[in-house]
Amino acid sequence: MISREEVEHVARLARLHFAEEELVRLQSELGRIISYVEQLAELDLSGVEGTSHAVALKNVMRPDEPAPGLNQAEATVNGPVVERGQFVVPRIG
Amino acid sequence: MDVTGLTAWGCRELLAKREVSATELVRAYLERIYRVDGRIQAYLLVDAEGALAAASAVDAKAPGERLPWEGVPIALKDILCVKGVETTCASRILKGYRPPYDATVVAKLREAGLIFLGKLNLDEFAMGSSTENSAFQVTRNPWDLERVPGGSSGGSAACVAASEAPWALGSDTGGSIRQPASLCGVVGLKPSYGAVSRYGLVAFASSLDQIGPLTRDVRDAAALLDLIAGRDPRDSTSVGLAEPVGVPDWGGLDGLRFGVITELGGEACEPGVQEVFSTAVDAIGNLGGMCEEVSLPSVTRGVAAYYIIAPSEASSNLARFDGVRYGYRTPQAGDLYEMYVRTRSEGFGAEVKRRIMIGTYALSAGYYEAYYAQAQRTRTLIRNDFARAFERFDFLISPTSPTVAFTVGERTADPLAMYLSDLCTIPVNLAGLPAVSIPAGFSAGLPVGLQIIGPHFSEKRLLGAAHALEQYLKVERVPPLSEEAAGSAASRATREPAARVTLEDREVGG
Repeated sequence: MISREEVEHVARLARLHFAEEELVRLQSELGRIISYVEQLAELDLSGVEGTSHAVALKNVMRPDEPAPGLNQAEATVNGPVVERGQFVVPRIG
Repeated sequence: MDVTGLTAWGCRELLAKREVSATELVRAYLERIYRVDGRIQAYLLVDAEGALAAASAVDAKAPGERLPWEGVPIALKDILCVKGVETTCASRILKGYRPPYDATVVAKLREAGLIFLGKLNLDEFAMGSSTENSAFQVTRNPWDLERVPGGSSGGSAACVAASEAPWALGSDTGGSIRQPASLCGVVGLKPSYGAVSRYGLVAFASSLDQIGPLTRDVRDAAALLDLIAGRDPRDSTSVGLAEPVGVPDWGGLDGLRFGVITELGGEACEPGVQEVFSTAVDAIGNLGGMCEEVSLPSVTRGVAAYYIIAPSEASSNLARFDGVRYGYRTPQAGDLYEMYVRTRSEGFGAEVKRRIMIGTYALSAGYYEAYYAQAQRTRTLIRNDFARAFERFDFLISPTSPTVAFTVGERTADPLAMYLSDLCTIPVNLAGLPAVSIPAGFSAGLPVGLQIIGPHFSEKRLLGAAHALEQYLKVERVPPLSEEAAGSAASRATREPAARVTLEDREVGG
């Protein structure tokens, strides 16, 4: 189960807003999904290491050599609001 | 002769013999798209102009100057970045986004001289099993237009099944190549994690995502894999393949041991799927192989572990969509926080939001250990179960999907039922193994796929075995899709090919 307060808290963390009816539906959907995945709690996994990647790789290195990348115009071409090569955002807080 | 019925190898051979020009080939596919895509809705963008220009450049070259695959057309899932061509991930939040660079796989195909026909529909950000989560259109299954093509690479599978391209690329995080391949009656290969660079594949769950081919036969899948595989300094998780797959030519399966995964067969699947699967098991025996049941108890926990791990990675990966550097930005926002929230709430669809919520919850303070860490340990159990099975078996098999294609709308109201569509495919991604789905037969007129799983980086042998089975099973590949009902004039009018748009068309600093 997940409470309404928890859904609202998680939504804030995720930078999402839900209308009242969406919130009600989401609470029940998330509740069902979470109770499904809670089956994992039944497993005795003490002493089992976690797997974060299926293929074990360690310290993949490459020479630190300069190579051409995107220029400023290319890097900002998709920005919704761009001025003089910079991304413009609304004021903070 | 109808060139759109050909495999990619067939196209290559006709081009080499000069029996068809690249321009004729591209025109034939564009015609086919105009005739049938009004009903299939596989393409989000058809780059007719770009494809024809590329084709005439190929035709201008002397035959001796051409590369082996030069002039063969291909279509791409719209989650792969193509420089200057709109790449949306079927999301409103990326509408209008034109990447300033090519994905590594795209650059490789471009260098090999392949011609891009366009971009294919998918579930938004590859999250789904039916392609119904696209923000733009619902793709139909060419075998039955009332049914879904599967997902998330549903556009890619439907496009190949409907002969709207000889082959296509998709991506597979929990079954997104294999499940739609199964439902549409085509071949779908998920390579080993690390075989193919993910650079320029818009990230969903980075530890699970792999790009792979959807094709008409196993030979084409092998060829396309060889074209895209390789280590790439831009993706430090890529390692490539030890040797090229080459042309699969196995005619038998003498002495090979196949493990039938108990937990993914039997009652986990509907009766019609079980029946087709048992004919595939018989076929292996007739080809000289040996089949035996093997239990992998942990795979029953695959869906649960996946629905912690994949959304967790997604919630982190999708944090980049914030209305600042690319994509959609809400027209009204007082301050930065409000801009983020409105942009994301207006730009993402319901399923993407649901997964971001699950992932954010699983990673949040107080829950990390109970959910994410526990899911990662479960992932270890699954890996170990596979590793143990491969000590006794050369390959493992199961049905690709527990059911045939379901009807449009059937599972949209129940997210969990939709998640269980990927029961048989998800454990393979968690273990990072290669697996291929090949058409094995039909249940009530709808395609059923066989999943063959191999050890890490065993693609050459895996496709050898798949080839032997394909030759033996000889499954009919052409869906009953009439061209005459299309009203090609009408569909042409409503679906004008999107013109190729280049970066230069857009004013910098606007």
